[in-house]
Amino acid sequence: MNTIFLLISLTTIASAIAAMSLRNLVHCVLCLTLTFIGIALTYLQLSSQFIGFAQVMVYVGAVSILIIFALLMTRSGHELTLREWRPMHWVWGTLITLGLLACLGLSITGSSVSGKVASPEKSESVKALGQALMQEYLLPLEAMALLLTVALIGAALVALPASHHAPASKGSNE
Amino acid sequence: MWFEGLPNAIKASLVLKAPEGLRPLMAAALSTMPILSAFGGLFAVVTLLERKMLGRIQNRYGPNRVGPLGIFQPVADGIKMLTKEDIVPKTADHLIHFLAPLVLLVTAMLGLSVIPFGQKLVAVEFEAGIVFFFAVGGAAELAVFMAGWASRNKYALLGSLRAIAQMVSYEIPLILSSVCVLMVTGSLSHTEVVQTQSGGITSWFLFTPWGFLGCILFLISTLAEVNRSPFDIPEAESELIAGHMTEYSGFKYAVFFLAEFAMCALTATLFLGGYHAPLPVLSIIPGPVWLLSKLTLLVLLFIWIRGTMPRLRSDQLMEFGWKFMLPMSVINLVSTGIWIALDGGLLGWLVTGACNFGAYLGLSRWLADHPNHRKRVYQYADGPINAA
Repeated sequence: MNTIFLLISLTTIASAIAAMSLRNLVHCVLCLTLTFIGIALTYLQLSSQFIGFAQVMVYVGAVSILIIFALLMTRSGHELTLREWRPMHWVWGTLITLGLLACLGLSITGSSVSGKVASPEKSESVKALGQALMQEYLLPLEAMALLLTVALIGAALVALPASHHAPASKGSNE
Repeated sequence: MWFEGLPNAIKASLVLKAPEGLRPLMAAALSTMPILSAFGGLFAVVTLLERKMLGRIQNRYGPNRVGPLGIFQPVADGIKMLTKEDIVPKTADHLIHFLAPLVLLVTAMLGLSVIPFGQKLVAVEFEAGIVFFFAVGGAAELAVFMAGWASRNKYALLGSLRAIAQMVSYEIPLILSSVCVLMVTGSLSHTEVVQTQSGGITSWFLFTPWGFLGCILFLISTLAEVNRSPFDIPEAESELIAGHMTEYSGFKYAVFFLAEFAMCALTATLFLGGYHAPLPVLSIIPGPVWLLSKLTLLVLLFIWIRGTMPRLRSDQLMEFGWKFMLPMSVINLVSTGIWIALDGGLLGWLVTGACNFGAYLGLSRWLADHPNHRKRVYQYADGPINAA
């Protein structure tokens, strides 16, 4: 285990803990972003640049911004802090986390992924990536695209004004 | 050319003189310091140029007091900015308020670090360099939010939210228009993109139908991405008192310009042949000179636009981004695909050119006919003229 890996994983775990335990929600989001960056750095350590940078682009550039927008649009400034925790929440949270950890661990060790070792050579030409996406991983790609389209249509439906059948009366100042 | 290996040779000899343990550090410092100093210097020159050019456009002199023709104005400004009191609002989130400009600066610098400045002159060589560039660009949005939120000022927060909405919207056409270049070169590395464009002005991607459209879309998205006029709504001095920058003193322009430099350097790399000379004869002039002059030309173009274009309204900005820029960049992707399938040539020129031009005409006419886009008539402002 080298020093860089140790540093990255310590930062990732520490920021993940901070993201869950800080009182101010915006601080939590910023810590979560640090966690995302740590995960991206782990990808870079595994010599897969494209996935690492895509991780930063999607999670730091888009997902965290989305969370921030959701926070600021749904709560007013005074509500940006968490209420105190209750003991029962601790119990349930621990149980759910352990269950999730067991599920993930079992599925990872059971699959063929756990036996694989990261290949040191670089095979990241755009062509190889495109071919992998369009041939080997076509079905997951299509499923993802469908899911995202459904989400987009749903978001558009939610955002539609309630009285969109009525004629627009916007031109009053014309 | 004889000078191509020179910077690397100097660096190697300097590194060898350093003690054994310090060599990696020395190498890193020697790679980064030229970038930092060159862009710091360029920043000083460009601020002066911007004020002079804006003055010329607005029929006044611009700075002309410090030194002959005001050329020492940047020095005076620098001294002023450095000695200015650094004021932090009492209720601000001090840590984040301090970190925000730092993050912004670091992302701009990281973006510049992957740009090839000449043959073998690139600070960090990445296989997926262009993805890296956009990834750090995405982190800049977070910095803008941090600046706006940590100031605890409603104008700053509003400005930063506007800025983020704008940056997120225009990031899509920005990335899609650079994807065309990646499709043609088949590589995600800056170095290879520049290599493909070697051999004079005719092999630059700007001079292909898809590259021309891509370059224009890219430049417009860049303007929006760095919050520059006519997309400077987030800064809007008159309404939002400089948005997320409200509670900061001094550093503002430096950070603002560095992000712009990074984007312009990427534009030059993707579409204008990077460090290559326009004519093979002219390649006796070193590559960094060419790259920096292309970059300065682009910044001058931005200043020209700033001096002559009115600011867009917020809804106009969003509609332009989503209804015009996005479809056009998708169409450009398709025509790039046709170009690759036809393997360039005259037929490729005709087909992709017709495709892009037709799409531009059709889309703009169709959008202009839309009732939302008719000229707005204000009853009290325009009334008498309409009545006449």
